[in-house]
Amino acid sequence: MTQLALVIDLNVCVGCHACVTSCKEWNTSGLAGSLVDERPYDRDPTGTFFNRVQTFEVGEFPNTQTVHFPKSCLHCEDPPCVPVCPTGASFKRPEDGLVLVDYDKCIGCKYCAWACPYGVRELDEDRKVMGKCTLCVDRIDNEALPEAERKPACVLACPTNARLFGDIHDTESVVSRAIRENGGYQLMPEWGTQPANHYLPRRKTELRIHRDELDRADNPLKIDGLLPKPPVKDPSLDDVTSW
Amino acid sequence: MSEAPAANSARATETKTTTCYMCACRCGIRVHLRGGEVRYIEGNPEHPINKGVICAKGASGIMKQYSPARLTRPLKRKVGAERGTAQFEPISWEEAYTLIVERLAKIRSTDPKKFAFFTGRDQMQALTGMFARQFGTPNYAAHGGFCSVNMAAGMIYTIGGSFWEFGGPDLDRAKLFVMIGTAEDHHSNPLKIAISKFKRQGGRFISINPVRTGYSAIADEWVPIRPGTDGALLLALTHEIVNTGLYDRPFLARYTNAGYLIDADPASDTHGMPLRTGEDFGQGSPHFSHDELWWDRIADKPVINHAPGADPYLAGEFRMPDGKPVKPAFQLLMDRVQQYTPEWASEITGIPAGTIRRLAHEMGVTARDQKIELPIPWTDSWGVEHETVTGNPVAFHAMRGLAAHSNGFQTIRALAILMSLLGTIDRPGGFRHKAPFPRAIPPVAKPPKSPDAIKPNTPLGGLALGWPAGPDDLFLDENGGAVRIDKAFSWEYPLAVHGMMHNVITNAWRGDPYRIDTLMIFMSNMAWNSTMNTLEVRTMLNDRDESGEHRIPFIIVCDAFQSEMTAFADLVLPDTTYLERHDVMSMLDRPISEFEGPCDSVRIPVVPPKGECKPFQDVLIELGTRLKLPAFVNADGSRKYRDYPDFIVNFETEPGSGIGFLAGWRGKGGEKTMRGEPNPRQWEMYAQNNCVFQYKLPRSYQYMRNWNRGYHEWASRTRLRRNFDPLIIQIYSEVLQKFRLAAQGKGTSKRRPPPELAKRIERYFDPLPFYYAPLEMEASDTTHYPLAAITQRPMAMYHSWDSQNAWLRQIHAHNYLFVNPRLARGLGIADGDWIWVESMHGKVRCMCRYSEAVEPGTVWTWNAIGKSRSAWHLAPDANESREGFLLNHLISDELPPAHATGGRRMSNSDPITGQAGWYDVRVRIYKAAATEPEESWPQFQPVPAAPGTNPVRRLWQAFVAGTGEWK
Amino acid sequence: MRPAFSVIFLTTLIGVGQGLFLALYAAELGARLSWLPRQTANFYVAGSVIALVFLAVGLFASFFHLGRPERAWRTAAMWRTSWLSREVIVLPAFMAIVFAYGVFHFLGYRGTIALGTLGVIVCVALFVCTAMIYACIRFLQEWASPLTIANFILLGAASGYTLAAAYALVEAPVLIEVYAKWAIVFTLLALCSRIATLARNARIRPRSTLQTAIGVKHPRIEQKAQGFMGGSFNTREFFHGRTPDVVRGVKWGFLVLAFPVPVALLAAGVFWDVPMLILTAFVIQYAGLLAERWFFFAQARHPQNLYYQAMS
Repeated sequence: MTQLALVIDLNVCVGCHACVTSCKEWNTSGLAGSLVDERPYDRDPTGTFFNRVQTFEVGEFPNTQTVHFPKSCLHCEDPPCVPVCPTGASFKRPEDGLVLVDYDKCIGCKYCAWACPYGVRELDEDRKVMGKCTLCVDRIDNEALPEAERKPACVLACPTNARLFGDIHDTESVVSRAIRENGGYQLMPEWGTQPANHYLPRRKTELRIHRDELDRADNPLKIDGLLPKPPVKDPSLDDVTSW
Repeated sequence: MSEAPAANSARATETKTTTCYMCACRCGIRVHLRGGEVRYIEGNPEHPINKGVICAKGASGIMKQYSPARLTRPLKRKVGAERGTAQFEPISWEEAYTLIVERLAKIRSTDPKKFAFFTGRDQMQALTGMFARQFGTPNYAAHGGFCSVNMAAGMIYTIGGSFWEFGGPDLDRAKLFVMIGTAEDHHSNPLKIAISKFKRQGGRFISINPVRTGYSAIADEWVPIRPGTDGALLLALTHEIVNTGLYDRPFLARYTNAGYLIDADPASDTHGMPLRTGEDFGQGSPHFSHDELWWDRIADKPVINHAPGADPYLAGEFRMPDGKPVKPAFQLLMDRVQQYTPEWASEITGIPAGTIRRLAHEMGVTARDQKIELPIPWTDSWGVEHETVTGNPVAFHAMRGLAAHSNGFQTIRALAILMSLLGTIDRPGGFRHKAPFPRAIPPVAKPPKSPDAIKPNTPLGGLALGWPAGPDDLFLDENGGAVRIDKAFSWEYPLAVHGMMHNVITNAWRGDPYRIDTLMIFMSNMAWNSTMNTLEVRTMLNDRDESGEHRIPFIIVCDAFQSEMTAFADLVLPDTTYLERHDVMSMLDRPISEFEGPCDSVRIPVVPPKGECKPFQDVLIELGTRLKLPAFVNADGSRKYRDYPDFIVNFETEPGSGIGFLAGWRGKGGEKTMRGEPNPRQWEMYAQNNCVFQYKLPRSYQYMRNWNRGYHEWASRTRLRRNFDPLIIQIYSEVLQKFRLAAQGKGTSKRRPPPELAKRIERYFDPLPFYYAPLEMEASDTTHYPLAAITQRPMAMYHSWDSQNAWLRQIHAHNYLFVNPRLARGLGIADGDWIWVESMHGKVRCMCRYSEAVEPGTVWTWNAIGKSRSAWHLAPDANESREGFLLNHLISDELPPAHATGGRRMSNSDPITGQAGWYDVRVRIYKAAATEPEESWPQFQPVPAAPGTNPVRRLWQAFVAGTGEWK
Repeated sequence: MRPAFSVIFLTTLIGVGQGLFLALYAAELGARLSWLPRQTANFYVAGSVIALVFLAVGLFASFFHLGRPERAWRTAAMWRTSWLSREVIVLPAFMAIVFAYGVFHFLGYRGTIALGTLGVIVCVALFVCTAMIYACIRFLQEWASPLTIANFILLGAASGYTLAAAYALVEAPVLIEVYAKWAIVFTLLALCSRIATLARNARIRPRSTLQTAIGVKHPRIEQKAQGFMGGSFNTREFFHGRTPDVVRGVKWGFLVLAFPVPVALLAAGVFWDVPMLILTAFVIQYAGLLAERWFFFAQARHPQNLYYQAMS
């Protein structure tokens, strides 16, 4: 069985928000209809977005890490938002594991959002139905697009390729390998929701220089006479002992 | 559902390629249109710059295209209305042209320099510069002076190339990457792509920056540094690398002037200058004789540099046969850096000495022990054939954090020298050039030398901007005073190679050096964030003299949006957006070249212009034609070019030169590249090829291009360069020494600085890099103003010329001042408190946000989020104006009068290049009183919406392309 | 969570209606078993009408919670998995039974006890469905407890019996004392259950933390930017936006208004035979219940809030 998912590499995410606006851009004119912007040029502009990039600071100066953290629907394998939906508008698509909302069935009761611990569903205040990341189902299903472009808009947009896309049930997929080899993890594992999306942690490359590496026979200072050998005539052990 | 799928698919959709312009990065994009409306903008996978990716701004282009702040009609200030109040009446283009042409024709026929033309980050400097030159005014520049001219000048005067458009880190092959003083921005997508690949390949990434955001966030090590002290760090690194012998001696000896013998006799008239044989070894170059001497360590005697079989001493002290003491340049550098110990630098930078040593060792050992050897044969400028290209895989990247300080030039010289010591210039894994760089050091283009270059009804006799190689190249009047309105190329700012836009309004207002008549500004927000002293500039723009006339009599502003600046215009010209225009990213300007070879690109309109908007290029060509500027008319004075696309195809730098704006698909049928006759179908061919032309050099021409004979011959054939002499890295800068000698009353130049500036020239024009505290810091009471205050643009808005974008402003609606909690708590400031930030020039009220990712001696904020009330068609109470703020109010464009040099008002700029010292300001912060209003200060009067702008959808909008209307 | 007034009214109003029905049924059963005096058919008919009014107004209030009320008919679809769907089925079913119960009495049909027994079963089912809507969300730890069900039942019964006592003033003064006593009993039981809930919730250690939310193991993590500044659905729906003082005030408000005050008023009303005190007891208790339900939402800390803490 297929489970499509994103694997988000925090080791390379620079927090540029490309995934945020490319998502908005694709989806607002997409098959599912518009994503509202309220008060777009006024005080406190707000709107529907399926994907957000957040920033966290970890640790204290000077040992601070700044973590940019993109978050969209995690397409849980056991999605708590689906069984609570009274109309069946929220569903998990059997063939690829996408958690989707049928906007024609949704009554906008918000119960699914309450039942999601991750805060990734947003009610569109214009259309009054629940919106969420579809992994761009209208791209990945669209056979009119070239194969390489049948991916979520955010994945194609991401300048650092921090968003990998694939089937986490296929052990040889890019995403499965990334999870396996780079310590991929899930958010809030305590709830057993088994999010399909995984995150790859920060990894640190270090360089250790041994003292010996600074002491080399081919030191260029010697060529210019700046590490001179002591004159032959200077005192040495040869002068004082015969063993 | 609000829209049935069938209805969507029934509407005609089409896809067009063009080039993005949401910032200066110039990615290739594919624009999908539905029913003629922009449906989706995505990165073009076929494009060499972005390879299919796009950034937050690029993906928000729709909201720029349909912004209600768009100007759609030419506007004239209402009679009797004050500038700044934005009271306009719409006029026709014909009226606008007539108004401008009458005025400019009169100026041109009397005193062309009374027309000043300054532009923002416009990517069309080849055309705008040409217009100014044809007009005959020297008063032209783009924004470089207040952006990063120190970066361009510091590196080009040292290695003949610079970061960003002109070169960059080769992260494909680097093992260690050091980023210093780079904000969230420069070279946006390509750098993001490269850093990510680099990290995934296991490279080590060190970021040196007062703040840890953006790229620094994913660095393996963050080294916090105090702003403006990078020079001290770089010199201490150099100290350690030199003293431990971790430099690449063979590279220095052969490819730099490290071995050149320098006159060490203080009494000599040529003290500090390289010794020369006096013969011409210039390999055909009239600008460089290449006759400097080495002291050959094999023969132990002075020889001409690069004499076959010779190897120069880099250290020591020698006496010439005539007894003159000489030292190799490298010895002078070693002498210089002895004082710059890591312990010394630690005090200044706040970085522990042990860390500085370790960083130096990491750089030196990686460069030395992880050498890359590529099997690429090449021939150097002296005819020696090399079987391989070697590289030392340590790459650097730096930008405005180094540049925007008044010690930036020398700091960047220190960086370029450090990169050279490590042997990383145009080699794999290090720094690599992008065509048309490397250029001569300094480049051959020169500004005019005297006011004689300015004559009525005549093009300027020289280039408005150029690269002085000594005092003789300064642009001075008979009394040694400035000729340009911004005083670039005067003794005050001799190497102001990008001009000094930040001084124009103050100088013009003051009439120093003279009054002007008309100021034309294109795409620059001089009444807001593109000015150092916003409050004063807004006053000056509307100020009148004793006779009641405006001190700046006429102001023309061309912009696509209703900005803070348009409010001050007498005449507003509505520009198009990037989706509505032709543009070229030309080799004559700042192309998009890659390491592997030249690359240029174009924009082709994907939607028709809104309202009466006209692309500014078309406007310039129309004005040039009506003014009968020679380049734009035939011999009989008739129109030569129909419009901009026609101009681009048919213009040649000289008749028959075959050099034009675009390098691709030249020749009658598009069969030639780089050079060739105009091709009438050139635009079409760009359109068919993703709007980009890329030329890949043969592998043997891709490296070592400062000294690569094959490359030089190729560059000469394609006329990228006239000469093919080697471009020797200037560890020791002869150009700077020439200025210093002039200040000391010595040297070959007859020109001498005025006495009150001599000390300044002598001090700062040091041929070797040195550290000095930024000028404003020296002039500030640092016990009263203990903190450095800096800004950066957030990635989602970096380099974008607006932030009224409906999507992006949801991400950044207002800004906070980021303060280290240790500092804030000590001052009784809580997270989220309203605080005052005060410098000796002004103060602002804003909100504090705690951050552990900022060095405690520094405070910072996102730049240009704050807007003036109701500018950009935002509501008067929008967050941008009520909670957002501009740090510019704390910054001055001039140093305090007490620090004037000999009674002159001096710009708050680098004394060498005139680079604006944005990041030098010192501040203090304190809590705002509980009784104060919770809004930022200062606030400005709201302005009415300009005629022709669309009404704003106040409550909500939901965009669906192709519906013909918005819901 | 942000207290949604539609849901506050829904749950409290139908609770009253359910409790009132239980009281009516208890009166009939008691009479049938000769423990209580017999009442006129009118008592049951009018009582059913009052219960129905509360249920209907509650149902009406719930529509304000929906973005697309015109599609509300779809909500019955997922009764296999969704407690909300079950509630949507059970509530009209219960209303139908209450209606039938009134009609049977009005028409003098037999079988009212059997119908009433069915009504009690459905009534309890409705309490369970309503409560489980909240109690089944396991990561809302303040709600995910059997005490939530106990509270809904006991508070519904208490308020329903208080109303029944007030209603008895008009139709069956003989039942005032019985109803008032049981109202006091249910109110005190509800107080125990509610205090137990408060005690439990005060001891909850959130299972989700910033560490598990973003998967970084470090004791010191702070959000600096939630990714937007003008608010979003996630900041509007899940934060009550009131100061801790307000929340504390509401807590003490409901602890006083919903429990001791009505108990005292009921006791005094019966003891001194002052009918107005009993009516006042209901009004005050209902106000207390509104506060209780507001606090019920406000106290629930949704783990999603970890992601929406700061902007910059």
